[in-house]
Amino acid sequence: MYETTYHKAGSVAEAASLMANADDGKFLGGGQTLLPTMKQRLAAPSDLVDVTKIADMKGISANGDGVTIGAATTHYEVSTSDLVKQKLPGLASLAGGIGDPAVRHMGTMGGSISNNDPAADYPAALVALGATVVTSKRELVAEDFFTGMFETALEEDEIVVAIKFPGAAASAYAKYPNPASRYAMAGVFVAKASDGSVKVAVTGAGQNGVFRMSAMETALSGNFSPDAVAGIAPDANDLLSDIHGSAAYRANLVTVMAKRAVQKA
Amino acid sequence: MSKVSMVLNGKTVSADVEDRTLLVSFIRDVRGLTGTHVGCDTSQCGACVVHVDGKAVKSCSMLAVQADGAEVVTLEGIGTADSLHPVQAAFREHHGLQCGFCTPGMIMTAVDMINRYGAGNLDETTIRHELEGNICRCTGYHNIVKAIKAASDQMAGMAQAAE
Amino acid sequence: MAVEGIGARALRKEDKRFITGKGRYTDDMTMPGMGHAAFVRSPHAHAKVKGIDASAALEMPGVDAVLTGDQLVGDGIGNLICGWMIHSKDGSPMKMGGWRALEPEIVRHVGQAVAVVVADTQAQARDAADAVIVDYEELPAVIDPLAALESGAPQIHPEAEGNLIYDWEIGDEAATNAAFEKAAHVTRMEIHNNRLVPNAMEPRAALAGYDAAEEHYTLYTTSQNPHVARLVLSAFYNVAPENKLRVIAPDVGGGFGSKIYIYPEEMVCLWASKRVGRPVKWVSDRTEAFLTDAHGRDHRSEAELALDADNKILGLRVKTIANLGAYMSLFSSSVPTYLYATLLSGQYDIPAIHANVKTVYTNTTPVDAYRGAGRPEATYLLERIMETAAREVGLSPAEFRRKNFIRTFPHQTPVIMCYDAGDYDATLDAALKAADYDGFAARKAEAASRGKLRGIGLSCYIEACGIAPSAAVGSLGAGVGLWESAEVRVNPVGSIEVLTGSHSHGQGHETTFAQLISERFGLDTSAVSIVHGDTDKVQFGMGTYGSRSGAVGMSAIVKALDKVEAKAKKIAAHLMEASEGDIQIEGGELKVAGTDKKLTFTEVALAAYTAHNLPEGMEPGLKEGAFYDPTNFTFPAGTYVCEVEVDPDTGKTEVVNFVAADDFGNIINPMIVEGQVHGGITQGIGQALLENASYDENGQLLTASYMDYCMPRADDVPSYSLSTHVTACPGNPLGMKGCGEAGAIGSPPAVINAITDAIGDNSLSMPASPEKVWALYHAGVKQAAE
Repeated sequence: MYETTYHKAGSVAEAASLMANADDGKFLGGGQTLLPTMKQRLAAPSDLVDVTKIADMKGISANGDGVTIGAATTHYEVSTSDLVKQKLPGLASLAGGIGDPAVRHMGTMGGSISNNDPAADYPAALVALGATVVTSKRELVAEDFFTGMFETALEEDEIVVAIKFPGAAASAYAKYPNPASRYAMAGVFVAKASDGSVKVAVTGAGQNGVFRMSAMETALSGNFSPDAVAGIAPDANDLLSDIHGSAAYRANLVTVMAKRAVQKA
Repeated sequence: MSKVSMVLNGKTVSADVEDRTLLVSFIRDVRGLTGTHVGCDTSQCGACVVHVDGKAVKSCSMLAVQADGAEVVTLEGIGTADSLHPVQAAFREHHGLQCGFCTPGMIMTAVDMINRYGAGNLDETTIRHELEGNICRCTGYHNIVKAIKAASDQMAGMAQAAE
Repeated sequence: MAVEGIGARALRKEDKRFITGKGRYTDDMTMPGMGHAAFVRSPHAHAKVKGIDASAALEMPGVDAVLTGDQLVGDGIGNLICGWMIHSKDGSPMKMGGWRALEPEIVRHVGQAVAVVVADTQAQARDAADAVIVDYEELPAVIDPLAALESGAPQIHPEAEGNLIYDWEIGDEAATNAAFEKAAHVTRMEIHNNRLVPNAMEPRAALAGYDAAEEHYTLYTTSQNPHVARLVLSAFYNVAPENKLRVIAPDVGGGFGSKIYIYPEEMVCLWASKRVGRPVKWVSDRTEAFLTDAHGRDHRSEAELALDADNKILGLRVKTIANLGAYMSLFSSSVPTYLYATLLSGQYDIPAIHANVKTVYTNTTPVDAYRGAGRPEATYLLERIMETAAREVGLSPAEFRRKNFIRTFPHQTPVIMCYDAGDYDATLDAALKAADYDGFAARKAEAASRGKLRGIGLSCYIEACGIAPSAAVGSLGAGVGLWESAEVRVNPVGSIEVLTGSHSHGQGHETTFAQLISERFGLDTSAVSIVHGDTDKVQFGMGTYGSRSGAVGMSAIVKALDKVEAKAKKIAAHLMEASEGDIQIEGGELKVAGTDKKLTFTEVALAAYTAHNLPEGMEPGLKEGAFYDPTNFTFPAGTYVCEVEVDPDTGKTEVVNFVAADDFGNIINPMIVEGQVHGGITQGIGQALLENASYDENGQLLTASYMDYCMPRADDVPSYSLSTHVTACPGNPLGMKGCGEAGAIGSPPAVINAITDAIGDNSLSMPASPEKVWALYHAGVKQAAE
């Protein structure tokens, strides 16, 4: 790891100002992706602004039918929250499957979505559930927040503060993990809103990060059953291909995981 | 450089370290507690697992400054040769280690697992799944799983006897 | 502690330090004034080094020096060598290219070191290593071993024309061809053995210090064989004469073969410690380990099996191309030859075998022995083709094997080995019973009702361990003898130290070796200490690999114990005025048979050291050494049965049952033996399902971290069902065969045979990735429908 300067922010405003004064700074959440990347010398921020001690960014609260989750809330806290388990069981189960137990104790929702790794799990949940990302400057709907592989709409000194999830009638996530890294090779989040509309979002497989499967959404709106999506697959030309799986294989996995998510929901 | 203070295995310690110093380097190189190991660079192997404020974390993926003010427990802090923690004893009893290198992380992960699930509430499938973040190359996991199950069950018995 | 002799499930003496964080590994060691090394490594698979500019690095904080290959060569440090001479079938010697610990001219694989930085801290050394500017001129690289043999392929070493290291053969080609002429059925397969990365959890490390006044070096290192390291460092690399070099391998966190070899980094730390004038420590990170630890396997083979009308095997014909990577590592030449093709007869009576092996240089990390070393490749090839042949001729794979088993011993195979003892029916029967082989059809049907494809596969393996009779391996080209040494030191008050040349890096020698002494003298195991891993303490040793510590290392201890016992009896007889032949040792006492006269072991030991009253002419003391040279290899064998379920939607394989029935000869500590088998099977399942070192066409290792190289995890494998059957090995005093590698040797074909049974396609190759299995299965379904 190259030398860096660590700052602990006590408030969102302080975090933003520390970042504004940094040469080439990065916000530090749980650090479960950023620190290994820095150790491998693939990232070399001059400054790290730790936002995990900011009280305003922590905790889970009810928000009408839905929940609001502070950006510094850990995956462990999300996965074990009674509120989340009750209102959005798909989200709780997704959080309980990120990384491994030690990673879940450190990693945060805000950190994960700000990094927008194309194989991360949370983006699928945010998009399918129609979540709103609350930042230090504005509110963005999830689909506008995620702009591409490792790309978000965040400005340099803009911090994710919380994520607001509306309620859902049903939600579930199924992922096929990369056997080595255990990141998603194809993760499908299926959410049925209270009005009966369905959203299906896919992570791990797309060349540009998370994407929606509108054909599946249409099919499921009429018939919310695994069979409805059995014949629907994404265009393999838009999918990732690597040593762990070709685009054609990933396309198949999207279909299979969608079926399993619907089954679970 | 930052001054870092923490309670390490029950003792308050502090040192001035470079901000880039990992928690595992603080533990091993600054404090000389070499029972915590480093087996990879990408936070997969789990040889470095310690407890920070009661939760298992990978000390290779955390800066020492992040643990400022925290309570940190390493393998050396849970039991000694004369007074083994039940999980340490179970690893020996069930031959849950061979070369010993992954063992610190395995034991600290096991203790955390038993804390979260409650003693006596672990089955083989759960244990295997919970070990996702710990790699062992020697044992094939068979006896590690047995040791954790036995420790969990034994601790449940101890808790019951204490009631 | 207690008296725990042969056969006791004694808990391990070494465990207390490991479970309390008191193990002492190389990275835990420090020396006063120690600096840290970081290596500057090639990003290219093949390139000319045109210049190295260290000026910026030298200005950085804490930096002592940046050393390069020119300085290393200038100081007379020798090339790394391969210590086993193989001759091609035309009689010409193998073509070994030069390998320097720091390369001054041409780098030949990604990760090869060209310079080293020594600095105050590890972070400073790495910062400075990044600032060393190396001017490379890229050269065309060749990664695929078959492409490397084609004309016009990039030439890797001037010594090896066409990248061919040797073209070797074994067996009777004419007789084998004749067998195929008269065959009723011939099964043909292309069989690849995938390249693996050993991945001991402790990365390699070295800490070297130089004492200028004494002109003496001390090296702590992660070695399976510290004496061999010292020998090679002295005799070939000219680091220092043996009496000026102490090598210590303290607690070592796994080896699996990868820590046998003497690598550039350890040697550079020694050399740098003198040049820089401070002790130098280097600890590999995991990506360095992927790029520089010797890889394993990597064979491409064509195999043909000839059967007569009664399904008896007539002959086996094999052509193998083995990829040795960019350089010939220490024992690399022996692995695809004498450790591989000599095992191609398996458990079967095969009248004629011919194997041709070509080894080839490529621009990849060097390949050498990894758990099993050659024997997994032989077993995989033979057991894949056996299972496939059985399916082709419509016989049960178990019955086909049984029909061809060797049943009389000794048995001379057509490929050098002479099997001394075994009972292959016994282990096959035990495995089939434990696996409920007969009940498989019902389980398959039940799985089908859940939408799963269930399959079962067998593997009947044999291996050659107890490596090895020195004269025999010498005649085959080995540069060293493969005996072992031991010293048994009885202290004046009766405690015992056993000094052994074997090295434990997880095998539990401190316990099993102590059990031998406990058994012999009836002493508490706590009275026995095992000393190993330090060239200043132990007279000499060849180290631990090839499942040799029991059959060879413990045999040496037995020889030394025989001498100690004889002397102790002489002393006791003298003191009790009895005949030597009447002295019996029992429960820690030396007794005169038929009387109540006795002396404790402690009293006899003390008498030996006070020397007040010893037999006429006897030297004082009670300490004996021995060298043991085995008379033959040993031949562990057994049957493994694997049962899998494949998810047809994703191609993912779940191992639902795994049964092992092994014959390791006599067993000292069953608990430790089981642990060895568990670990070996898991590595074998890893090879079969998950692990693969994958390069792109430019020679970049795509699987250089655990993000991409898939290590087996707890949820990838089941618990195992084990049993053992004993036919004692007649070749050594304890009747032991060895158990360290069997699991890794026997399991891969069992797993693949199970999957091919499930999906109905014998062409599957390792690793059986979900995508590969999914594609094969659905292609088969589609073909059947057409």
